[in-house]
Amino acid sequence: MSQARRAPGIAPARLPEAQLAANFADLHPALNGHEALVASDRCYFCHDAPCITACPTDIDIPMFIRQIQTGQPKAAAKTIFEQNILGGMCARVCPTETLCEEACVRMTAEGEPVAIGRLQRFATDTLMTENGHPFERAPDTGRTVAVVGAGPAGLACAHRLAMKGHKVRVFDTRPKPGGLNEFGIAAYKAPDNFAQAEVDWLLRIGGIEIDLSPGLATGLDLETLAAEFDAVFLGIGLAGVNALGAPGEDLAGVMDAVDWIAKLRQSAPADVAVGRSVVVIGGGMTATDAAIQSARLGASEVSLVYRRGREAMAASDFEVDLAAASGVAVRTDARPLRVVGGVAGAQGVEFERTETGPDGKLTGTGETFVIPADMVLKAIGQTLDAPQGVTVTGGKIEIDAEGRTSRQGVWAGGDCATGGEDLTVTAVAQGRDAAESIHRALAG
Amino acid sequence: MADLRADFVGIKSPNPFWLASAPPTDKAYNVRRAFEAGWGGVVWKTLGLDPHIVNVNGPRYGVVYGADRRVLGINNIELITDRPLQVNLDEIKAVKRDYPDRAVVVSLMVPCDEESWTGIVPLVEATGADGIELNFGCPHGMSERGMGAAVGQVPEYIEMVTRWCKASTRMPVIVKLTPNITDIRYPARAAVKGGADAVSLINTVSSITSVNLDTFSPEPSIDGKGSHGGFCGPAVKPIALNMVAEIARDPECRGIPVSGIGGVTTWRDAAEFMALGCGNVQVCTAAMTYGFRVVGEMTSGLAQWMDDKGHAEVEAFRGRAVPNVTDWQYLNLNYVAKAKIDQEACIKCGRCYAACEDTSHQAISMSADRVFEVKDDECVACNLCVDVCPVEDCITMERMAPGSVDPRTGKVVEDGYANWTTHPNNPGRVAAE
Repeated sequence: MSQARRAPGIAPARLPEAQLAANFADLHPALNGHEALVASDRCYFCHDAPCITACPTDIDIPMFIRQIQTGQPKAAAKTIFEQNILGGMCARVCPTETLCEEACVRMTAEGEPVAIGRLQRFATDTLMTENGHPFERAPDTGRTVAVVGAGPAGLACAHRLAMKGHKVRVFDTRPKPGGLNEFGIAAYKAPDNFAQAEVDWLLRIGGIEIDLSPGLATGLDLETLAAEFDAVFLGIGLAGVNALGAPGEDLAGVMDAVDWIAKLRQSAPADVAVGRSVVVIGGGMTATDAAIQSARLGASEVSLVYRRGREAMAASDFEVDLAAASGVAVRTDARPLRVVGGVAGAQGVEFERTETGPDGKLTGTGETFVIPADMVLKAIGQTLDAPQGVTVTGGKIEIDAEGRTSRQGVWAGGDCATGGEDLTVTAVAQGRDAAESIHRALAG
Repeated sequence: MADLRADFVGIKSPNPFWLASAPPTDKAYNVRRAFEAGWGGVVWKTLGLDPHIVNVNGPRYGVVYGADRRVLGINNIELITDRPLQVNLDEIKAVKRDYPDRAVVVSLMVPCDEESWTGIVPLVEATGADGIELNFGCPHGMSERGMGAAVGQVPEYIEMVTRWCKASTRMPVIVKLTPNITDIRYPARAAVKGGADAVSLINTVSSITSVNLDTFSPEPSIDGKGSHGGFCGPAVKPIALNMVAEIARDPECRGIPVSGIGGVTTWRDAAEFMALGCGNVQVCTAAMTYGFRVVGEMTSGLAQWMDDKGHAEVEAFRGRAVPNVTDWQYLNLNYVAKAKIDQEACIKCGRCYAACEDTSHQAISMSADRVFEVKDDECVACNLCVDVCPVEDCITMERMAPGSVDPRTGKVVEDGYANWTTHPNNPGRVAAE
């Protein structure tokens, strides 16, 4: 092991540049034309296809695959974008193994689904590479809508509204639009600055203005927005993070996984500092993403520790397998008691083994162990910074089937809102559907 | 181990798989390699009179693909041999000398006059070849010059040329028939009348495989233009099987031996042709797609099937399907079946439902959780669901027992046989005895 790799503490450039480049290259390289044809030939064009039902955005998957198979990937892209304007990103980040591909009848037949995600990427890449934007904006309606949050939900909502001829202003506190596509998802899932390219492409519909106002973070004034705009959509995500609530949490080297990932996404891999020994606490996608990227940056030991059993982890099987394949030790049924360390920073985390009772109740066994760590990443969930004036249920803004909040003229969608899983594709569906609802309301 | 040896009109070969007269049998080099690979015989690519013809210098083949670019059919605009007659004759002689146990039949096509035919036949006989095949089939190029299909489409010409050839040789004469006619029995009967020892069929089907949508030229395209070619391969097999069966059951053809050609790609295809009476089969497209080695699957597969079924030799099953080919009017209308879906095997694609609901008899129901079930009171047993189901044996047609009531018609399924000829709805019915 090289000296750089062995460097104690939290340090950048643990691996040579070329190795880092390989570790952060496209996780699923794009299919070439031949591969796409071979893959598309496997689709049975099912009736009322289970894959469509499994897709939160209801993309007509058999149709777009048949369009690829018959040599029209750009027509296929239109089929995708009609339902999901962020179909390019979703093709990269969707946990297809728990959505469309899990439902694919060829899973039943052969245990090997049609490569729907990769085919979707083939189609969307083909159109986007040509910079083709398949939609035209309707004549201006004179109505204006405020979209708060330039993440997947906000962008999907904004695009659909703009298509309908409304003027849209998208607010975000971050220095770039894109939300978690830009600051959250793992780097190897959307390399080559795809998130920004996708936003630029999406904005070609026209009628959308992006307003990056850091000041918004300090107080979202719904009243002002509602007065100024004909409608408001909240796609504000989950800006807060849960605290560990354990001693030592404030030691140097202990950080929120989402912040660390956001920094990683805005840097070259060689500039990202990572511990020699890393402990990630949590069981969701953020936890696996943080652990995998730590390992790929060159951390010598990475442990992902979750308080319950494997089956309770929110991360998909694919992500957990990827973590294991990347060298992450996945440990379950252990909860953090304290972060061990001192003035020099964290040195480890002490865990207690747990048991989950038949009623789902978690109890400590009293048996403890310490995993050495100079970097501790907390990935134990994010929380809503709720704005005033809308009803919040279970930590989410309550919305109805159309995306309407409790307050007239205010809609919401994405991770901040109730309904569905916290996935990019769910956010897109909610943003799109809210836009349709807003359009109906404005037209009525 | 099953005995695959075949004796076709006295021509013996170690197995019934011959390469058809076509590009693969163009010259000694290919034929020797084919024999080394295990082919039982060849029909040497068609000889003609000198000066030899010329071929186009652009693409000769067009293709139709199935899924995964699997070749379903190839069409060609290649003509007969483009080498001097003597070169071919010398090579045939040498090959036959070196492979005495293999069948070497020579395909011929010369202008439609007695002199041309009676002139070339003795030259072939002198090579030691086992027989000749008269090419009355090629639909492209040569037919424009009054040869090939132009002869094969006129029964009188077939009879005349066959007679000339029979009179000028002791070799068996096989007449190769074109499918580009309306009723295959007429040219076959003409061959019988002319004294042919056998017929072989089908030659290729006139075709345009595709149109280039950039240049608007048919494919294969020669400098922006295309000409109809001859289509062959798996896609034409059903046409060939039917024509073979028509001849096999035609009393006027008097049981003339048939060499089956048309899309033979696997041992199973060969077995089907032979079950319809063919004494052997000829193969081209499968070899052109996969190479000569494919014969290994054909011989081993056929032998395995024969062993499994207890057919010691090819004659044991040859022609066994012929008595079962009949006219529609004689089909048993008392045979009542219903589709049955094996829920364990079903992968829930719903193709049976879409096909039945949209295009057939609305006889399959679909539940919210994607359970597909046959509605016996609507099912006419059309078989479309079976055909479109991607899982083998998931949907089957089950015969209703005599005495049970068909829920679709409300009638008792009768025992015994009854057909259209006596059906009350048939205005021309014959009175039941």
